[in-house]
Amino acid sequence: MVRQVNRMSPFNVTSLVLGLAFLYLPIVILVIYSFNASRLVTVWGGWSLRWYFEFFNDRAMLDAAWMSLRVAAVSATIATLLGTLAAVGLARGERFRGRALFSGMLYAPLVMPEVISGLSLLLLFVALNAERGFWTVTIAHTTLTMCFVTVVVQSRLASLDRSLEEAAMDLGCNPVQAFIRVTLPLIVPAIAAGWMLAFTLSLDDVVIASFTTGPGSATLPIRIYSEVRLGVKPEINAICTMVIALIAVVIVIASLASKLSSTQGKSAAPL
Amino acid sequence: MTEESPDIDTRNIDVSAQHADVAVADAPLLRIEAVSKKFGSFLAVDRLSLDIKAGEFFALLGPSGCGKTTLLRILAGFETPDEGRILLGGSDIAPVLPHERPVNMMFQNYALFPHLSVRENIAFGLKRAGMARAAIDTRVAEMVALVKLEGMEKRKPDQLSGGQKQRVALARSLARRPRVLLLDEPLAALDKKLRESTQQELMELQRRLGMTFIVVTHDQEEAMTMASRIGVMNAGRLEQVATPRDLYEAPASRWVAEFVGDVNLFDGDVTSHEHFRLVVATRDGGNIVVVEPRQVVTKSQVSVAIRPEKVKMSRRGSTPDAAGSQAINRLEGVVTDVSYLGGSTVYKIQLDTGAVVRSSVANTTRLDTDACSAGQRVVAWFSPDDCLVLER
Repeated sequence: MVRQVNRMSPFNVTSLVLGLAFLYLPIVILVIYSFNASRLVTVWGGWSLRWYFEFFNDRAMLDAAWMSLRVAAVSATIATLLGTLAAVGLARGERFRGRALFSGMLYAPLVMPEVISGLSLLLLFVALNAERGFWTVTIAHTTLTMCFVTVVVQSRLASLDRSLEEAAMDLGCNPVQAFIRVTLPLIVPAIAAGWMLAFTLSLDDVVIASFTTGPGSATLPIRIYSEVRLGVKPEINAICTMVIALIAVVIVIASLASKLSSTQGKSAAPL
Repeated sequence: MTEESPDIDTRNIDVSAQHADVAVADAPLLRIEAVSKKFGSFLAVDRLSLDIKAGEFFALLGPSGCGKTTLLRILAGFETPDEGRILLGGSDIAPVLPHERPVNMMFQNYALFPHLSVRENIAFGLKRAGMARAAIDTRVAEMVALVKLEGMEKRKPDQLSGGQKQRVALARSLARRPRVLLLDEPLAALDKKLRESTQQELMELQRRLGMTFIVVTHDQEEAMTMASRIGVMNAGRLEQVATPRDLYEAPASRWVAEFVGDVNLFDGDVTSHEHFRLVVATRDGGNIVVVEPRQVVTKSQVSVAIRPEKVKMSRRGSTPDAAGSQAINRLEGVVTDVSYLGGSTVYKIQLDTGAVVRSSVANTTRLDTDACSAGQRVVAWFSPDDCLVLER
């Protein structure tokens, strides 16, 4: 492949640098200060990994982190399952009555203020007399992230040629076999991307979690938020840096997966 | 006309020599009985009946939107007819789901599975049929050889050229040895040269396998080259079912005459009727004498159809052309346009009445010093035998 050499004008370079600086400067400062040896957050006292060690000795923080990871993994898995089914139903089902309404409702959480989602879920759990903890947060996060999975999977399904499924049926597959043998392998990367998106969304949510969590089941963002209210400890910087690193890795994998999905087989060598 | 007419005009037509190789069975392999299909208020297929014999290469020809693809999809089982029956080998296949029909389809865009190799694509239908592994290997090898794709078995569809994809799609749909193979615009995605050679290969393959092919196409040249019989569809109905030659030389309606090939039409009224000849008084061409058609003309309002290559042309005032000057049907006019097409040249002649007649002349010599040019006054003439009378 011939790489296209594209010289950027000084104007483009400047605007790119300014834009990226605006987005990432705060994060860069946070990351740098996480290696600060000083006890004071704003005073530089030389490089150190002290606050990282501090975190790994902080029982309460570790519990919150473990809680967050479990909630994220379980809610992402349930959301992927439900979201994929909804996407398949919407993209492949017959045009049933109220289909437009149904797909509109599915996307509502995308635009709904999280405070409202959180409050309504809280009211529901209270009405059901459900004890708030791991499962209530997980269910709440599932409702939040499911629609993101649906969007990702549905767009992949929409770009998939329907005659592929018809060809599978023509060659002896019943509709279920056609889905499993032809459609599913082609949308797996999109499903994986959807899972990772749901995972990161759950991991950094604080609003909905704060409504639906209970005593002794705080997630990491909630724990950090409550610590910060008492004054920022340098340890928080270290935790945030690790969360950023984890999310960055997941996002990169997710985007690679969706790229793989949309160019299935197309990257192959030319003849 | 919704079924093959036995009373079609077959003068000068030698059908037997052209299609002697087609196995003629008594009962049709596939019988379509008064099938209708509606999409909303749009009638895609309108009480259509058709018989297809075993071993036939049948083409459904028609403009886009005429319902030919819908009919094919009904045969494959992807659409359910609202009315009518489809009998395959005598039994109704309406309740049989697509994956259980002994019919396979080759899709217009090939629909190759992008995540599977050529080999896996061809083996796909065989695995579903529960064939033994060794038998699958043998059959795939046989299919690969049949479509000349040796050495490509491990490639993915995206690593193949358009022509190779077409071959894989063909091999995949043939692998299960269907009783009927349906082909939806099989050559539409290929360029002209490749299309011509692939047409020959498809015909050769069909002959060798003795399989029944039904091909849908909008390309009349393609249909005429490949098919032993052609069904011309218009607005959900079959206008005519005939051999390519009958379709061209004896179209059943004005619509078919205009759709298949090029034609000059003169509207007029039958004025006299004697000695097996009709005289039609036309507005644009004066009195035209035609041989009485075999089917009885009931209406007096008719159209006279004459194909451009059957309209001969002589320069007026040049050496007297015996045939031209004595021709019964003579039209005088001026050449307005000359289109050189290589093998032939099409002249547009504006008659004195204002109407335009096209005459196609084969370029039989390399240097044609006698060719007409625009602005010349000419006589266009044609034989009563070459004219067709079509009811309006």
